Amino acid sequence: MSLAAHGVVAGYRRRPPVLTDVSISVPAGTIVGLSGPSGTGKTTLARVLALLDAPRAGSVSVDDQVATGTRFAVQRELRGSVAMLFQSPRASTDPRLSLRSIIAQPAEVARRPVDVEGVAARVGLTPDLLTRRPYQVSDGQLQRACLARALAQGPRYLICDEATAMLDAATTATLVRLVEAEAAAQDVGVLLISHDEELLAACCSQVSALADLRREPAGH
Amino acid sequence: MARRRLLVAGSVLAVVVLYAVLVPWLAGVDDRVTDFSQARLAPSGEHLFGTDSAGRDLFVRIASGIRTSLLVALLCALLATVIGVVVGTAAGFWGGWPDRVIMRSTDAVNALPHLLLGIVIVAMFRGSLVAIVLSIALTHWTQVARIVRSEILSLRQRPFVDAAVLAGASRRQVAVRHLVPATAPQALIAVVLLLPHAVWHESTLSFLGFGLPPHEPSLGTLLEEARSSLLLGGWWTLVFPAAVLVVVTLAVAFAGQALRKVITPPQPSELRL
Repeated sequence: MSLAAHGVVAGYRRRPPVLTDVSISVPAGTIVGLSGPSGTGKTTLARVLALLDAPRAGSVSVDDQVATGTRFAVQRELRGSVAMLFQSPRASTDPRLSLRSIIAQPAEVARRPVDVEGVAARVGLTPDLLTRRPYQVSDGQLQRACLARALAQGPRYLICDEATAMLDAATTATLVRLVEAEAAAQDVGVLLISHDEELLAACCSQVSALADLRREPAGH
Repeated sequence: MARRRLLVAGSVLAVVVLYAVLVPWLAGVDDRVTDFSQARLAPSGEHLFGTDSAGRDLFVRIASGIRTSLLVALLCALLATVIGVVVGTAAGFWGGWPDRVIMRSTDAVNALPHLLLGIVIVAMFRGSLVAIVLSIALTHWTQVARIVRSEILSLRQRPFVDAAVLAGASRRQVAVRHLVPATAPQALIAVVLLLPHAVWHESTLSFLGFGLPPHEPSLGTLLEEARSSLLLGGWWTLVFPAAVLVVVTLAVAFAGQALRKVITPPQPSELRL
């Protein structure tokens, strides 16, 4: 049971690929760290794993089921199984929705009831914050709301793409602890992407550098 | 600041609308009935805005004129904006070849002179209000479509759309929940900018004789009449309808600007400053 990329080649329009033949596996219930300098394709890999961008070659599988499309074309049963925390909480929340609607969205889309207050309390958001809109809260509070949204989705895997890069040390620690607790309690597999080696070493069961994930071309 | 400006502009508009609604009703005279013994009287206590060449009271007639013109303008602005938002959203959201086809067609409509196309449409349904509304709306949605499309193009790249996709939202849900509402400020501005423009267009069509028949008052037909009276010294036949046109235009423009400030969520950087 894992979220895995197999020999992924990915990149952006008419440019040489950013990722060449990269493979990675995130087993359920474990926290896998991924590090690497800026511009080496960490976010690209995260987007491919989250089934947002299509790889040029290779495939992504969720619990051994290979994804046949990306974005709106993903199989129904796979969509919703991968959640993501983005680097900028501001950019990843709709500025005109209240925190309540933001957190409730995944459940609303799936037509499931959701206890917004409960989820919010789990990530340390007080009920009075729920009526506010993103510009009325701090980056830390907003990233907590994003985590609440990800948890409300009930994902099997969670990708945190530099999710704590914009936050102070205390908030970072709380968020990481929450993610750890979630991974243990719900058997969620987590891919923690960061350039903070200490953070990765402290909470991940295994850490890889993106450069090491490239399979050496055999037979050349 | 924005709220105060909105209040002021809104009050001016309210006064104009009240004038347009109440005066013809309270005056109790049919503004289409002519009385040549009263023709071309200068403004006085009895006829506040004077009378026209057929002896009709201009204070009442301008009120009816505003009513027609504002109604036409409002319908035009709303219709054009709705068409523009739908076309722009479709183009921006689908992208690829549908986008190219839609936008080239938009360019084609845009390349035709508005007034000429408008005259063709009006000529097909002579003298009806619907024709005037259609002729203006069908020639003015292109800018709205352009603005909305570019807005959608930039919005659909945003991480919050990715977050919605991850949550399992469909194309339609993303468009309805995140994209179209985000274009609301632009759409509102479009309505506001189109409103005075539509009044002017209606006036132009009526002035050219393609719009409403001369006995039906609108700001356009009133100005058209003023053309002949002006040469006989009847300055009031031009000044009052023109003044109303200018006041309405300015008030609407101010109200729109202020309204946009009020409804757009402030950017974090603005808050910190």
